[in-house]
Amino acid sequence: MNALDVVLWVVAPYLAITVFVLGHVWRYRYDKFGWTTRSSQMYESRLLRIGSPLFHFGILVVLLGHIGGLVIPKSWTEAAGVSEEAYHITAVVLGTVAGVATLGGLAILIYRRRTVGPVFTATTRNDKLMYAVLALVIVLGLAATVAANIIGGGYDYRTTISPWFRSIFYFQPDPALMAGAPPLFQLHALSALLLFAIWPFTRLVHMLTAPVGYLTRPYVVYRSRDDQRGSRKPRRGWEPTR
Amino acid sequence: MTKVMAQLAMVMNLDKCIGCHTCSVTCKQAWTNRAGTEYVWFNNVETRPGQGYPRTYQDQEKWRGGWELNHRGRLQLKAGGRLRKLFSIFANPLMPSIQDYYEPWTYDYDRLFSAPMQDDTPVARPKSLITGENTKISWSANWDDNLAGGPELAPADPVLRKLSDQVKLEFEQAFMFYLPRICEHCLNPSCVASCPSGAMYKRSEDGIVLVDQDRCRGWRMCVTGCPYKKVYFNHKTGKAEKCTFCYPRVEVGIPTVCSETCVGRLRYIGLILYDADRVAEAASVPDEKDLYEAQRSVLLDPNDPEVIAAARAEGIPEDWLEAARRSPIYKLIFDFGVALPLHPEYRTMPMVWYIPPLSPVVDVLSGTGHDGEDADNLFGAIDALRIPIGYLAELFTAGDPEPVRNVLRRLAAMRSYMRQINLGRERDESIATAVGMTGERVEEMYRLLAIAAYSERYVIPKAHAEQGARLEESMSGCSLDFEGGPGMGGPFGEASGMPVPVAVENFHALKDRQTTGALVDPEDRQNRVNLLNWDGKGTPDGLFPDKNGRKEP
Ligand code: HEM
Ligand code: SF4
Ligand code: SF4
Repeated sequence: MNALDVVLWVVAPYLAITVFVLGHVWRYRYDKFGWTTRSSQMYESRLLRIGSPLFHFGILVVLLGHIGGLVIPKSWTEAAGVSEEAYHITAVVLGTVAGVATLGGLAILIYRRRTVGPVFTATTRNDKLMYAVLALVIVLGLAATVAANIIGGGYDYRTTISPWFRSIFYFQPDPALMAGAPPLFQLHALSALLLFAIWPFTRLVHMLTAPVGYLTRPYVVYRSRDDQRGSRKPRRGWEPTR
Repeated sequence: MTKVMAQLAMVMNLDKCIGCHTCSVTCKQAWTNRAGTEYVWFNNVETRPGQGYPRTYQDQEKWRGGWELNHRGRLQLKAGGRLRKLFSIFANPLMPSIQDYYEPWTYDYDRLFSAPMQDDTPVARPKSLITGENTKISWSANWDDNLAGGPELAPADPVLRKLSDQVKLEFEQAFMFYLPRICEHCLNPSCVASCPSGAMYKRSEDGIVLVDQDRCRGWRMCVTGCPYKKVYFNHKTGKAEKCTFCYPRVEVGIPTVCSETCVGRLRYIGLILYDADRVAEAASVPDEKDLYEAQRSVLLDPNDPEVIAAARAEGIPEDWLEAARRSPIYKLIFDFGVALPLHPEYRTMPMVWYIPPLSPVVDVLSGTGHDGEDADNLFGAIDALRIPIGYLAELFTAGDPEPVRNVLRRLAAMRSYMRQINLGRERDESIATAVGMTGERVEEMYRLLAIAAYSERYVIPKAHAEQGARLEESMSGCSLDFEGGPGMGGPFGEASGMPVPVAVENFHALKDRQTTGALVDPEDRQNRVNLLNWDGKGTPDGLFPDKNGRKEP
């Protein structure tokens, strides 16, 4: 285990997590008005209606898959009676389908961003950077899975990468686990760390405010003039007079 | 027990609208003259018959705005329930495109000045404000103004399509009128119900429906939810915006900009008390034709002692109750019974009401050489003319002609009753009784409709400091930022970041004022001061000898 491993698999993840969390807090306080999907559907609908659901449903399944694979220890699924083989097959099949959907959706979205005039005009540099990193993460992830499981003989990341991932959250990071992983997985993980670090500063913030509360709240919202000043606290020196 | 709430409402008297669009223009200057809202008209005036703005918005089979009853007879959003909304959030299948409104444009005015000497007159070509490219103007917010393009465009009017074929053929000779529209500030707002993040709300003090710019996340479901298409998506900021009922103005007791500037003086603003607990029940009556009556039934009589007691219990201040008693809106809806809601069948309980125009009937009469002010002629025509009545009924009473007919008969009665007086004849009480009124009532109605003073047309109680912490003008500061202004162009796209404090803004404005001005060689501008607008403060560059130069040892 050398210094580089410590930097890559201990320092970098903590840095990324810190930036992710504090970045969101800061952005929320500093820039509530900028916290939006910045929907471009008014400009173009046809491609968006294929690309966006394909991408989003794909990425949400991928997200669930990652939670399943990284967070839930192997011993738990085995205790639940899921055999290694069954787990592996479901994971690879579901993962590949969702991954391909995500990538296909992303390709459509990026194609649309570039070719539809008004959408391209509304694309900021920030968006371009975000798309580059996002695409990199997804491509590397899919490549690692395909290389290891479909071309190669299979790689059980649940004995190396997953324990490393969890070790970060117990505050007992074990870089050695990750140092031995295949390079594609390593690159995927590193690019993901980069994505998390830029996340709070891009339009991706919209994910954290996914409107699940809509399912339970009453349809019509009433608010008093009083509390509507609410969501933004007056800044120092701008408090109302009493 | 009733839960009394107060609502600011508006009535527009369509007979007096001359279609001048002053209301739209002043509203635009006040609220939507910013980048991202070029295509947005919180107030628009459309010619009926016509397609409206955005095109065919009234076709709810296509746009699915508003509410409908589900198989159990309960209200649900026509565009689908909560789960359905969340599943279609990644791309809203019912989102109007910019083309459904119109592609906003400007002209390449610079060409007029910069074109080289040539034989042909230079022209300023239209440029799209969406793409920045040259464009061909083919639609706008009032493209079919005054029935322009009538035979081709008007048949697409969704209201007209509900009427019979014979009517469609005759519409052109038959009638035309203007319909000014703003947000209805509904009692049962489907836009609010559609907003996934809960950023839209109805103010409990005065019923104004607003979008919290800090909470809106750009899920753009409200645009679909509103059947009147009166929530707009600011495509630059990625946030929804809508008519605010000019809350900074009405909070201090002055009318909205559209009302204030209306050339026809046809708008009325006042308070209405209603029973909030009965709104959902009234909005779910099974037969659409009963909705007009149901909507009236949730409004409360401000003179009824029980209502007053219940209102006090809810903490509605005395001066608001007084304003409710003097409300021109209540008078027009109940005492005179001439105001009708726009499209009650959307089940949102709209709160901008309309007095339908009698002019189509009068026009037909005078066009055929009859006396358009004679009561019998008018009553006869109202009963006989199916075309305008049918059309107005589709607009105001879900297709039930009776209420429209009654209103028109009252307007007709007023017309002939007042003519008798103007000609110095006996007051003819029988004209009034024929429409269930007294002569005195008719004269009262005439005063309100024809000659009412400002203070009678607008009865707007001031907001109470003890109700709300303070005036809110500063609240929406961000959304009012202008292009190139302090809030725009932050690191996260348009208008991100905190607003710049007024003091800083003033400082820059002052500096600008001191250092720029006409009659200065552009090359030299940085170094010159326009003394005419220098206010004597500060030390603008170039006014005094260069300090650094002097300090040089
Ligand atoms: C459940 C949570 C999420 C919701 C409700 C959601 C919703 C949305 C919506 C409404 C848009 C705007 C589409 C438009 O009209 O232009 C959007 C755009 C986008 N979302 Fe999400 N999203 C979610 C999660 C995510 C995640 C996890 C990612 C990526 C890791 C993501 C990446 C994007 C991207 C890249 C765009 C821009 C698409 C484009 O216009 O090119 N979203 N999302
Ligand atoms: S008219 Fe106004 S209050 Fe009513 S649904 Fe539309 S935006 Fe909402
Ligand atoms: S300003 Fe008045 S008269 Fe002119 S279009 Fe608007 S509502 Fe009609």
